[in-house]
Amino acid sequence: MGVALAAALAGFITVASTTSTEQSGLFKHLLPIFEKKTGIQVRVVAVGTGQALDIGRRGDADVVLVHAKPLEQKFMAEGQGVKRYDVMYNDFVLIGPKSDPAHVQGTKDVAVAFRKIKEARAPFVSRGDRSGTHFAELEIWRLAGIDIAREKGAWYRDTGQGMGPALNTAAAMNAHILSDRGTWLSFKNRGDLVIAVEGDRRLYNQYGVMLVNPAKHPNVKAKLGQAFIDWLISPEGQDAIASYRINGEQLFFPNAHE
Amino acid sequence: MSASILPLALENVSYASNGQPIISSVSLAIVAGPSTIILGANGAGKSVLMRLMHGLLAPASGTVSWRERDMGRVRRLQAMVFQRPVMLRRSALANVVYALAVAGVPAGEREAQALAALDEVGLRHLAQRPARVLSGGEQQRLALARAWALHPEVLFLDEPTANLDPGAVREIETVIKAFDAAGTKIVMATHNLGQARRLGDEVIYLQAGRVMERAPIEQFFARPATAEAAAFMKGELPWV
Amino acid sequence: MGAIAEGLRRVLELDRELWHIVALSLEVSLSAVLIATALGLPLGALLAVKRFAGRRTVIVLLNALMGLPPVVVGLLIYLLLSRAGPLGELGLLFTPGAMVIAQSVLVLPIIAALARQTLEDAWREYEEQLRSLGARELEAAFTLIWDARFSLVTAVLAGLGRAAAEVGAVMIVGGNIDGVTRVMTTAIALETSKGDLPLALGLGFVLIALVLAVNAAAQLIKEAAVRRYG
Repeated sequence: MGVALAAALAGFITVASTTSTEQSGLFKHLLPIFEKKTGIQVRVVAVGTGQALDIGRRGDADVVLVHAKPLEQKFMAEGQGVKRYDVMYNDFVLIGPKSDPAHVQGTKDVAVAFRKIKEARAPFVSRGDRSGTHFAELEIWRLAGIDIAREKGAWYRDTGQGMGPALNTAAAMNAHILSDRGTWLSFKNRGDLVIAVEGDRRLYNQYGVMLVNPAKHPNVKAKLGQAFIDWLISPEGQDAIASYRINGEQLFFPNAHE
Repeated sequence: MSASILPLALENVSYASNGQPIISSVSLAIVAGPSTIILGANGAGKSVLMRLMHGLLAPASGTVSWRERDMGRVRRLQAMVFQRPVMLRRSALANVVYALAVAGVPAGEREAQALAALDEVGLRHLAQRPARVLSGGEQQRLALARAWALHPEVLFLDEPTANLDPGAVREIETVIKAFDAAGTKIVMATHNLGQARRLGDEVIYLQAGRVMERAPIEQFFARPATAEAAAFMKGELPWV
Repeated sequence: MGAIAEGLRRVLELDRELWHIVALSLEVSLSAVLIATALGLPLGALLAVKRFAGRRTVIVLLNALMGLPPVVVGLLIYLLLSRAGPLGELGLLFTPGAMVIAQSVLVLPIIAALARQTLEDAWREYEEQLRSLGARELEAAFTLIWDARFSLVTAVLAGLGRAAAEVGAVMIVGGNIDGVTRVMTTAIALETSKGDLPLALGLGFVLIALVLAVNAAAQLIKEAAVRRYG
């Protein structure tokens, strides 16, 4: 109640972010801290990275917080953002069936693991939705020397879904899937799936935050939006990010000043 | 005393439906005074003729004209009672009040006038009853009360007792006679010879959409001028 | 069965957050149905009563619009309300207001088309008498609506059912923002996508129970009224 009242006084901002960030529970942990401190209510619209950036391009959000650096740089090059800041990173994990049909469990090199999956024609679920996770997956296929668009077969399921639904599908099909660790840790419907590959440097997932350019979109709440960004990269904000845990495990690693 | 809207003149009026002629070249005049019975068998075209006169249907050819030029006045000074009464989902009183409201009677006067009309037909004790739960005879009396409240100059009745039991028929005929006594011009369609005789002063005999005969009532019954009328009366059982 | 029990238990734990979601769902859907009824009943009545060139085309169109996919409506309203769109100045996107607009658009054809059917049947019964009394078309239309009010409740309930059940439109124009535009259906979608199926099921049953309660109440009112008015 107090938050709503304070927000009525200080206002609110709209942040376009990704489903993985919301579904990991990070915002539920982070935003109340910020709102209590500043009285600014943060309204998060959680969609895929591609869609989040599109929302920014239409001027329907004040801030975008996503995790696909090439797309973020394109956003900046278009003049749609004011400045791009690193905020935190988390990592992706390759999930697979306990029965390990492609023998990828414990592989250190994730590109090698992908190649093994393709050769074994083991079932693989892709998000297919222009999300940061999707782009990361496509990049790994590329690193493995595989043109997945042309070389895929019936074993490769392009679902066009968010992380949660895609994990549901993978659990139902007992398939492999690339997921961010946060969503995986809070995902409750695992079936027979476990983490198959983790720790490869190429699985690290950088988050960036940008203020939507008020020069292009006069309605953007520049001051309030910048206040949020400033807090995120401040020691206090970075500590708040680091303190978020699931089952004692830290999910996100702040790196605004690296 | 405002001017009468009568006489009503039909000139060469024809009406067809789905290519079938129903009324063919009817010319007649309805004048103030005697109650007029439109007599004929089922399918003769009585109902359509009534609706053409009342203005619910437009003729395909020919003209229907009243002496009064102000069609608003023409509208307001007629009323029609149908074979099946149509009541709104409200109390008996509210149904009469509705008719008064549509007719433009000021709000403050409607209830009193409606109650008086209910009195006239003996339905005052049912004023608050939902109209649609009344019996067939009561609903038809209510329809007459609704018409009465409007003080029409001409009252059209399309086979008003065709669906009622003898007791109800008597009640309705009593009310119609009261209208007549009060000076309202009655135009009633029926195929019931006994009723025609009880209520009518003159008869217009209709067959296959044409006016076969028109005569004062006793003359018609004693000596029908046309073979068709005679045949009709032989076929019709007098106590129906 | 166990999942259902577990779900209901989890749902009861949510208390304040859940009540906010339920309250918002009711607010949005009831507002939309109110607007759609206020516009749809007169529209249906006029279509039932008035004869004009192209009437059959309009009726076919209206009936077809009953099947508008919610997600398409959501997308169209989104494009309208986006800052980059014609009505961007209103700043309605991602607010409950946008959700009400989208659901009103979705529900209006349902109420209007069903009302037209009901009132056309009623008009067949009432037309001669009302015209004989001298009622003009507009007057007759409103008389019909009032007289057929208990049958029209069914049309309104159909609209309410559609609004309460849909997720596509409110997801797109509302953004499923926690605490601001999250309603029962979008919450269920979210929990399902998080893999929290028991909670999603629990919320689903709350939604079904709500809709059942509304329909039961309407049926009782209808029966009581028919007993009274005939």
